[in-house]
This record gives sequence, C-alpha cells and structure tokens, in this order.
Amino acid sequence: MNFYSNWKWAIAAIVIITAATGIGCKKKASDAFPATGAVAGWEKTSETRVFAANDLWKYIDGDAEQYISAGVVSTSTSDYKYQGQLEATVDVHTMKDAAGARKILETGTSDAKPIQLGDAGMQYAQSIIFRKGSSLVRIVAYESTPDAPQALLALAHAVEAKL
Amino acid sequence: MNVRIAMKSRRDFLKTAATGALVLGSQSALGLAGRLDPHTESGKSKVVIARDAALHGAGAQLDEKRVLALLDRAIAAYTGLDKPVEAWQRIVPVGKVIGLKTNGLGGKGISTHLALVLAICERLQQAGIKPGEIVVWDRNARDLEACGLTINTDPSRIRCYGSDIAGFEDQPQKFGTANVKLSKILTRECAMVIGLPILKDHGGAGVTFAMKNMYGVVERPQDLHGGGCNPGVADLNCIPVIREKVRFTIGDAMTSVYQGGPGFHPEHLWYPNALVVGEDRVALDYTAWQMIERKRAEVGMPTLEAAGHPPRYIATAADQNHRLGVNDPQHIHHMEI
Repeated sequence: MNFYSNWKWAIAAIVIITAATGIGCKKKASDAFPATGAVAGWEKTSETRVFAANDLWKYIDGDAEQYISAGVVSTSTSDYKYQGQLEATVDVHTMKDAAGARKILETGTSDAKPIQLGDAGMQYAQSIIFRKGSSLVRIVAYESTPDAPQALLALAHAVEAKL
Repeated sequence: MNVRIAMKSRRDFLKTAATGALVLGSQSALGLAGRLDPHTESGKSKVVIARDAALHGAGAQLDEKRVLALLDRAIAAYTGLDKPVEAWQRIVPVGKVIGLKTNGLGGKGISTHLALVLAICERLQQAGIKPGEIVVWDRNARDLEACGLTINTDPSRIRCYGSDIAGFEDQPQKFGTANVKLSKILTRECAMVIGLPILKDHGGAGVTFAMKNMYGVVERPQDLHGGGCNPGVADLNCIPVIREKVRFTIGDAMTSVYQGGPGFHPEHLWYPNALVVGEDRVALDYTAWQMIERKRAEVGMPTLEAAGHPPRYIATAADQNHRLGVNDPQHIHHMEI
C-alpha cells in the first residue's frame, strides 16, 4: 500500500515540477523586447503589438500563410530606432514547436551569413533572423548604413537573452 | 498641397461623412470609358514602362525631385499628350472625387512612395481637381503611415485615411469565390480610383501589383488567399464597383522585392526605377510578372513556377469567365521609355 502511495506522490511531484518549468518559468514572447537603453544606442519606439495566429493577416497579410502553415501561435512586434536615425522592426514569432521555427529559417537564401545566435541564425546587411526553441525572431532595418549590421547584432543578442 | 494634418476621431469623421455620403454616393456614376483609349490602333492593350536610371542615387536614396518628371513622361507616353494638365484631364473627370489607392501593406521600405503620391496630387490639382476631391486611402492608418502619409479627414484639404475609419458596407458583394464587404471609401466616396500598387513578389500569389492591390479594399482579405490567390484575385476584380471604378493604374516599380514578398525583405530589395502605367489590369500584372521573373533570372533564382508560387490568377483574370484584360504578350503593346 505504501509502495503505491509513494508512487502517487512521486507522479504528482513530477507533474507539478513539469508544469512549473514548462509554464511558470516560460517567458512570454511579448517580454522579449529590450527596453530603451537596454542596448547601447537603441530606443524602443512603439508599444509591443501581439497578434494571434488567426489575426496575423492584420499585420502581415499575404505573408501570414507561411507562418500559419509552419505552426505559428502568435507574433509580437515592436519598432526600434538606433541613435535616433536607423529605424528597425523586431518580430518575435512563437511557433508551436522548434520544427516550425526551423522551417521558416530554412527558407532563407544562400547569400546569408550564418551567425552564432540562439539555436541557429543568419545575417544579411539589413536584417537578422534566428531561432531559439520555438521562437523565431526577425529583425529588419529600413536603411543600409555602415553600422547597421553591428547594431542589429547587438539588438538581436539582447532579444535572444530574453527568450 | 498638404496631406499632413491632424487626425479627427472616427466619430467626428463619420459625423461629417454622414451628410455627404448620399451626395458622394451619387457621384459613383459608373463608367468613365471613352475618356482614354486603353488600346493602340492595332487593338493591343497599352502598358507604359517609364524608367529613370538615376532615380536611386548613392546609398539607395530615392531622388524625390525626379519622380514628378518620370510621372510626366509616363503619362505623356500613355496619353500622347505632352502637356501634363491636358493629359490628366483626359484621365480623370473634373468635379468628381478621385481616390488614390496606395499599398502600404509591406511596411516601411516597400510601400508606395510618398513622392509619387505627392506628384500625382500636384498634377490632379493642376488638372482642376480640388484638394477636397482627392482621397488617398488604404486599409488602415498603419499602411498609410508606412508610405509616409499622415491621416487627414478635413474635407477642405486632400484627405488621407483608411477603411478603418470609413468602415465597410454591411452588404457583401459576390463574384465567384469572392464574397466580400467593400470599403465605403470605394463604394461611397470615390467616383474613380487610381491604383498605386508597388511591385512585389508574393509568397502566395506569385506577384502582387494592379489586381492584387484590391485586396486592400475589402474587410477580410485573408479569405481570398486560398489556392495562391487564384481565382480570388480575378473574382474580386470582377465585382462591378471594383471593375468600373478602378480604371487606371500608376504602378510604383521604383523599388521592389523579387523574393520574400509581400513583406519588406531588404536582402531581396531591388530598384527597377520605373513606373508602370495603364488601364488593362491584366496586361499590367503580366508585365509586372515578367519584370519579377527577369530579375530572379538575373540573380540566379528559380522562376516563380519552379519556386512553387506562379501567378496563376493572371491567366484566370483573362479567361472567358472574367475578361478583365489580356495576358497574351502578342496583344500587349509595351511602350518602354
């Protein structure tokens, strides 16, 4: 009898611990956005907007299908500005699983430079895309400036640290 | 000319619009046909591609001062009239409300250029259109702001607002698979609409240009995205009020994305430095498709067909059920200037 009772307690404990690590400690994608000043030179210039999969078309109509087919759960986005000049947008797509994030990342082209960021990442002159777990992050600058690649990388590292 | 002014609340706007709606609605007398001939003497559909290689200078900055001259060349070539005022008077009916349907869906970086909107507004006014008779519009404020525009609903000036302010008709319109609620800006405000799309690759449709721009006039465009937007694009453009009112396109091909669209993908940005002008929306989209294919070939990318998203809606739009225009290059007269 004691044997079964102990097993029950053990299973209950496992369930509670799993729930705590899986839910309680999981960070929200909308929290992944560094505040103004958290990264040197970067200012967060808009509120974070969150779109559920069903509403993603309101943000990226036409692009939404590829994310939905890859299992997007929600997308959070915010605008940034570097040194008051360079405008950029950070999109954090929360996918159902890591496979979905990988699927989107793999649609990138061969002219991208692989970077050490999250589980995998790629950098272009004006954009960075990387995945970490079930998150897929895309950061895009609206101008090509000499300091854009380095500035974007710094911002990307800060986002990655908050995921 | 000023399209920048403080935004009124939606309630204020609706209050103002309520009294004018019936009057404006009566302006929607369909059919401005005969003002322009969309065909050449040989019966081919005319499409003008006007280019200026110096449009984007160092640092990929648009030289905005050159846009008006490029527009004038394009319109002169299309109409055969060298004087811009005369040419524009052949295009638009004076005394009616003219809508300019921009495309800001892709966000900053790949939206209809402000310089083009301003150049058209300038010529419209010189042709006799009053500022209050010009409405620059799109889905919502965000899309318009992506073009660099500022919301204005003051009827004494050039107006600029989205369907998020004006609202949509309660009664859906239907053609084929399209069963849509249309923007009141299209149905009630405008007598004629000039489409100002921006040339882009589109991950679903293949290409987005003249006809696909109409997804921005309905309440739920996502309902039309199935099957690579085919036959959604063609069906939508067959809805009478779209077919009749959206009669002219000045396509912004000054900047484009040849892959990854319709969003902004700077890694696939390119500068065709062109305006693509015409009335035959199918011929325009066929032309846009070929421009995207040529660029993709140039950079070693597969065709849209090979990439899995060919723009099949273009042929559908030309078929016997739709008859929106021609997609046969033998029947399109391209005027490259």
